[in-house]
Amino acid sequence: MSTVAPRVPLVRRVWRSDDARRGFACVAGGLVLAVMTGPSGSGTAPTSGFTGSLFHVRVVGFVLFGLVLWGLITARSRYSSQVRAFSAKVTAAPRRLLPDRRVRRVVYLAVLGFAIYYPTILNSFWQEVLVDQIGVYVLLAIGLNVVVGYAGLLDLGYVAFYAIGAYSAAYWTGALPIHPLFHLNPFYAIPLAILAAMFAGVLLGVPTLRLRGDYLAIVTLGAGEIIQIVATNLQGVTGGAQGVIGIPHFSVHLFGIRYSWGLDSLPYYYLLLGFVVIVLFAFRSLENSRVGRAWVAIREDEVAAESAGINVLKYKVMAFAIGASTSGFAGMLEASKISFVEPSDLTVQFSILILVLVIFGGMGSLPGAIVGAAVLQWLPQFLRIHPLFGFQQQDLYMYLGALLIVMMIFRPEGIIPSRRRKREIGLAEHGVGHADAMGHTSGPVS
Amino acid sequence: MSDAGSPDDLGPVSPVGTAPRPGDVVVDVDEITLSFGGLTSLRAVSLTQHRGEILAVIGPNGAGKTSLFNCLTGVYRPQVGRITFHDRRGRAISVVGRKPNQVNRAGIARTFQTSRLFNALTAFENVKIGVESRMHTGPLGAMLRLPRTRREERASDARTLELLDFVGLRAHANDIASSLPYGDRRRLEIARALGTGPELLLLDEPAAGTNPSEKGDLAALIRKVNAELSVSVLLIEHDMGLVMSLADNIVVLNFGQVIASGTPAEVQQDPAVVEAYLGAPDPEDG
Amino acid sequence: MCFTQNFWNLVVSGLADGFLYALIAIGYTLVYGVLQLINFAHSEVFMSGGFASYFILNAAIGTSQPHGIASVGFLALGTIGGGLGGAVVAFLLERVAYRPLRRRNAPRLAFLISAIGASYFIYNLAGKEFGRNALEIPSPFTNGPVFTIFGATVQTVYIVVAVAAVIMLVLVDRVVATTRLGKGIRAVAQDAETASLMGVNIDRVISQTFIIGGVLGGAAGFLFGLPFGVVYTMGFTPALKAFTAAVLGGVGNIRGAMIGGLILGIAENLGVACTQASWRDVVAFGILVLVLLIRPTGILGEQLGRAA
Repeated sequence: MSTVAPRVPLVRRVWRSDDARRGFACVAGGLVLAVMTGPSGSGTAPTSGFTGSLFHVRVVGFVLFGLVLWGLITARSRYSSQVRAFSAKVTAAPRRLLPDRRVRRVVYLAVLGFAIYYPTILNSFWQEVLVDQIGVYVLLAIGLNVVVGYAGLLDLGYVAFYAIGAYSAAYWTGALPIHPLFHLNPFYAIPLAILAAMFAGVLLGVPTLRLRGDYLAIVTLGAGEIIQIVATNLQGVTGGAQGVIGIPHFSVHLFGIRYSWGLDSLPYYYLLLGFVVIVLFAFRSLENSRVGRAWVAIREDEVAAESAGINVLKYKVMAFAIGASTSGFAGMLEASKISFVEPSDLTVQFSILILVLVIFGGMGSLPGAIVGAAVLQWLPQFLRIHPLFGFQQQDLYMYLGALLIVMMIFRPEGIIPSRRRKREIGLAEHGVGHADAMGHTSGPVS
Repeated sequence: MSDAGSPDDLGPVSPVGTAPRPGDVVVDVDEITLSFGGLTSLRAVSLTQHRGEILAVIGPNGAGKTSLFNCLTGVYRPQVGRITFHDRRGRAISVVGRKPNQVNRAGIARTFQTSRLFNALTAFENVKIGVESRMHTGPLGAMLRLPRTRREERASDARTLELLDFVGLRAHANDIASSLPYGDRRRLEIARALGTGPELLLLDEPAAGTNPSEKGDLAALIRKVNAELSVSVLLIEHDMGLVMSLADNIVVLNFGQVIASGTPAEVQQDPAVVEAYLGAPDPEDG
Repeated sequence: MCFTQNFWNLVVSGLADGFLYALIAIGYTLVYGVLQLINFAHSEVFMSGGFASYFILNAAIGTSQPHGIASVGFLALGTIGGGLGGAVVAFLLERVAYRPLRRRNAPRLAFLISAIGASYFIYNLAGKEFGRNALEIPSPFTNGPVFTIFGATVQTVYIVVAVAAVIMLVLVDRVVATTRLGKGIRAVAQDAETASLMGVNIDRVISQTFIIGGVLGGAAGFLFGLPFGVVYTMGFTPALKAFTAAVLGGVGNIRGAMIGGLILGIAENLGVACTQASWRDVVAFGILVLVLLIRPTGILGEQLGRAA
């Protein structure tokens, strides 16, 4: 190089080019991933985690990963039409068949059959995971999906209703320090737990749902935090920080049938499966009803919805309360299954976890909520027993947080998007509609 | 027809149970004043619309026309004055202080200056949401698919198709609203408003941005709505040709005040109107 | 009343809390002004400032016990270090979690979710890298009672917090009110579209807004960490309260955030006197809900940003 002058524009040109920026971002992402999966540091050696991750041969792999990612992204944008044509060809058959009601019914039945048969060949560890880590979370995700996916509201205090359901179970079965009006088997306390959670949802929802959507998020976040403090501090009512123990298992004796659920996970799994199927049918009908369409209307354009005669507050409260009652239902099921409740489990993180399941699967999509919950709840268990990946349970929320950002940047509609929601997000990005119920203010500046 | 805008105070009471006749007052705006902070956008505005009438509100940009609409539909709340809507059953309903959905339920539907459809939904779903706002299915009924839910579904489907037919969009029932051409979107918005079963329809610049042939179709549609469905129409419009041919009466706003009212012929000759329009750069602009 | 006995003591400690809330609240308010969004990850900006100052002072002070002019120097160093740490994280946060969404004109819900993700990512990464136990910042001064006023004892640490906070609050108020940068922020807050037509570089203004908020939040992280130490989860509760303060004063309004912070600090301390320390956060949350119910636009109204 003879002169300095021409070099500056070159650097600038490279920096300005989208390709280079994308490459930089991909490699940076690879390095971040290297740090995330690398060794931990400590307060006395704060840099050891970074140096152990970045000055180690493994970093080469992550840089390569970033470069491959860059290559893929670049190829995809360069050959987008060919990629689209190819994927259209591959998915042509399922897309032609899926709208057919009979085909869909067969698919559903096959999935259900698999869900019934598969657990029987698992060992007891995975059976337990299937109930405690997956089944209950599928139910929770389906419920939060009503709030976030259908109504477009951000509820960060979902745990509060789970807690209310769990403590309701404890209350009606007489496990709490305070005595109930009458003792019930948890099975019969289900409606009461659901009602209690729903009532709490209405109570919290009516004042806050009048406000802008981000205020709802922060108030629910606070409520989720408060419920834990209350559960810990009200020693005389909740049993305090030690929690409550001795919540009995479910049992029925109706029409000559006597059955008690015990310590075995499998019967609980089938109970849960039954409930999930019922809730799925109910919510699917809800989605395709007057109520579901009113939610879509509110999500898209609150002002237009109001002037089309929809009582916006009423429908928001409705979604919030339905979500709350599902959470309460799940809380009561789990409390009775593991037979205790502990305030230390009722964290704000728990609410965030459910949110991640819904977002990952696809807001507003029932299959998305199920698959999202199943995959994300299964994966940590899998990684935990395969130490090769260097996964530590305590880092879970770091990964989930990163996943949320990545999803919002690259695939806000989730892995199995609801068709309607995907269209909305696409339109909102072209300045049409809102795709959420965040209030009347105009969208963020571009 | 009487002069719109004269301060003939009918009061909130109307004999209960009498059948409405064309010519009764359908909405009475009584000296409303609306201001934001220090800015007054409506100053003691009064107007009266009679049942079956097509009334147009005209005026230069910024005259307060849309503010008036927003007051009439509960979006804004005027600080002073009353707005009384007289429904078919003879009830006098005060609009001020009601929320938009309550105003809609009372019988006033509207469209927006820039159309506000539910863009990710089909034309059919857009109209159906309007129709369904008059139904009663709740979450429990929807989840359990109770017989009443199914009945209401059938009824609203039928009514939705009728309305799509009425506005000439039946063939586009399954098209996504955002994919429709401009004129069709306007008609769809009217169909959605009609779905809520209004007695008074407020149209905010329905012809804005449409081409001449769409404009003619829209005028025909508005006449049809007025005549066949016996819905009173209150119209904001900049297109003078359209206004003169459609409106029974006209109210002229300027700087938030009524400066003239009367039949198209009367208004056209009013010196105050001429001045207001000559003072404004171009009434058709924007 | 339960707080009359200790009233002035409670007011003094409440003011110290209040100054911290005010510093953090300004970050919320500024970002809200330009983006009309609550920055959910602001808690982690605060936490990062705490850690940055911890590392700097740990290296600078070590085990020595500074006093006199050295104390002042180390305090300034800690504050600046905390501010820098907060600014860097805030800047990166805007770049990674917000800007790509802004480019795409994503729905508001997506911004909130992305910010929540960023918050969880940052604080858990801090936990992984710096350990999960609280770390004590080596004290640049010896704490103790300095003087009494109305029978209330004023500790050195309160004075430090108050002086540092007042300096920064005055500075930020002047910056936003008088400088070119402040003019840009106000222009974007009022009408971003018009501002960009008038030649304001919106991306840059937003970046700068995050940085200013980050400096104050990070410095608050240091001042908070002085008495309480730093830990990766330290951000959540103070940030929730600072948000309450911002709402109390009127989101988008800088002076409102200051007043809201002070009022909240005092109200919280008086409220706690009537219950137990373990109900502290419940008191603050109760105040948030009350404000939202009674006057959601806050005491001074939403000035910087548009009304809803």
